[in-house]
Amino acid sequence: MEKLICIACPIGCHLEVDVENDYAVTGNLCKRGEAYGKKELINPTRIVTSTIIIKKAIYKRLPVKTNGEVPKNKIFDIMDEINKVTAISPIKMGDVIIENVCETGMNIVASRSM
Amino acid sequence: MKKYDVIIIGGGSAGLAAALEINKHRKSKILILERDAELGGILLQCIHNGFGLKVFKEELTGPEYAERFINELHEKGIEYKLNSMVIKLHPNKTVEYANVDEGFITIGAKAVILTMGCYERSAGAIGLPGNRPSGVMTAGAAQKYLNIDGYLVGKNIFILGSGDIGLIMARRMVLEGANVLGVAEILPFSSGLKRNIVQCLEDYDIPLYLSHTVTEIIGKNKIEKIKLSKVDNFIPIPGTEIEFEVDTLLLSVGLIPENGLSEVCGIKIDPRTKGPIVNESYQTNIDGIFACGNVLHVHDLVDFVTEESRKAGLAVSKYLDKQLAETKNMIELIPGEGVAYIVPQHVNIDNITDKVEFFLRVKKEYKDVNFVVRSGENIIKTNKKRHLAPAEMEQIKLKLIDLENIKDIKTIVIEVTK
Repeated sequence: MEKLICIACPIGCHLEVDVENDYAVTGNLCKRGEAYGKKELINPTRIVTSTIIIKKAIYKRLPVKTNGEVPKNKIFDIMDEINKVTAISPIKMGDVIIENVCETGMNIVASRSM
Repeated sequence: MKKYDVIIIGGGSAGLAAALEINKHRKSKILILERDAELGGILLQCIHNGFGLKVFKEELTGPEYAERFINELHEKGIEYKLNSMVIKLHPNKTVEYANVDEGFITIGAKAVILTMGCYERSAGAIGLPGNRPSGVMTAGAAQKYLNIDGYLVGKNIFILGSGDIGLIMARRMVLEGANVLGVAEILPFSSGLKRNIVQCLEDYDIPLYLSHTVTEIIGKNKIEKIKLSKVDNFIPIPGTEIEFEVDTLLLSVGLIPENGLSEVCGIKIDPRTKGPIVNESYQTNIDGIFACGNVLHVHDLVDFVTEESRKAGLAVSKYLDKQLAETKNMIELIPGEGVAYIVPQHVNIDNITDKVEFFLRVKKEYKDVNFVVRSGENIIKTNKKRHLAPAEMEQIKLKLIDLENIKDIKTIVIEVTK
């Protein structure tokens, strides 16, 4: 039995995952916990959030995120890519900043309009 | 003097949700006064994800969560003023504010909602020992410098306090290339959410020192080193000191509801929450002045702030329509064994349509216990709980029928039992 704390939402359910029994998850309050328990032990993924430089806007930084979960071991490669780009205002929330970042199939998108 | 139906002080998550909720129920002249240059409050600097799972059923970042509400506010044409600082609130619901365009203005309203949020406990407030060099700041200040202004405040960082903002900043600064040497918590358990311990510290191998605190800050103009000591019941144990060479010490040692305006106005504050004492309608002791969000009590999740503020907004629209019952038949909520506080603190049974919800926090960590809700010897409800922790806010719902069944109910105790 592997013990995990679910990070799918802030409730933080205490999960038990039975690795030998097809990764059966117990202790979860919702379906997301079941999915998380399995994935965390097979292929852990995260959403990455950061900022990029923005010109001609109210502030100097635009918040961005991956529009879905990416493999945990690619986080620092993604940060390197994020740090190379600059946006110019106006930007709309959801605008794609980088397509298919680090071949993850996910895009870097703007988290707000600015 | 210009008159409004409702003046909302603070355009963060609570103010936005309350304004939209009132607008949904009745046509009202609403004004939001916001001291910052934009609406959205602290959400704008919380660029991490994890917001909106309850309210929108999807995971959003802080700025996205704020923008959805701000867009709706624009659609509905609700009035707001930016860069406008409220100077004074009077019990007769006149509000004095100032901004560069208008100067010093006094306005009035039938109802006022306090949604000023909270502020971070500072170095002075926790009596941090040692020198006072630069490089010591709150985690939220460092978050604003980094996420809004684009400045990383240091390269070798230690974080005192395991509050959520500190944990979020630990990860954020590692991602931006800083070296986070550790997080110290004086209590034997973290004061942040479990998920943040996992995804902010464990993911990046940042050590968490429980039952430890900073016992010395070394450095003349700029911080150079800190000494960390193990504590026994808050008392540092001699001989356990560890030294860390740092250029930054971040503090994540608690949030305090910002009630300067409320106190001057004569609003009664609960010493446990440090927010106003309110009833089931989120009304304070002053008729027509309401409070919700982090000014009332510090929430873990913005989703809870939104839900609470919608309830407050609904109550305010009833108040404006004179549908709120007079404050008699009041039941007092009393935190029993193991319970730190309960909000709302009073309930007027006449204003409950079918159920009433309470937010509460426990004093320490518990496993496999029950929440017992009772009035005298009458047990109203028992909720089984596998895990309880002070960092995690709990909710208890009571049905009107359960309360009506007990005659002459004056007090309700909520307690933790084995």
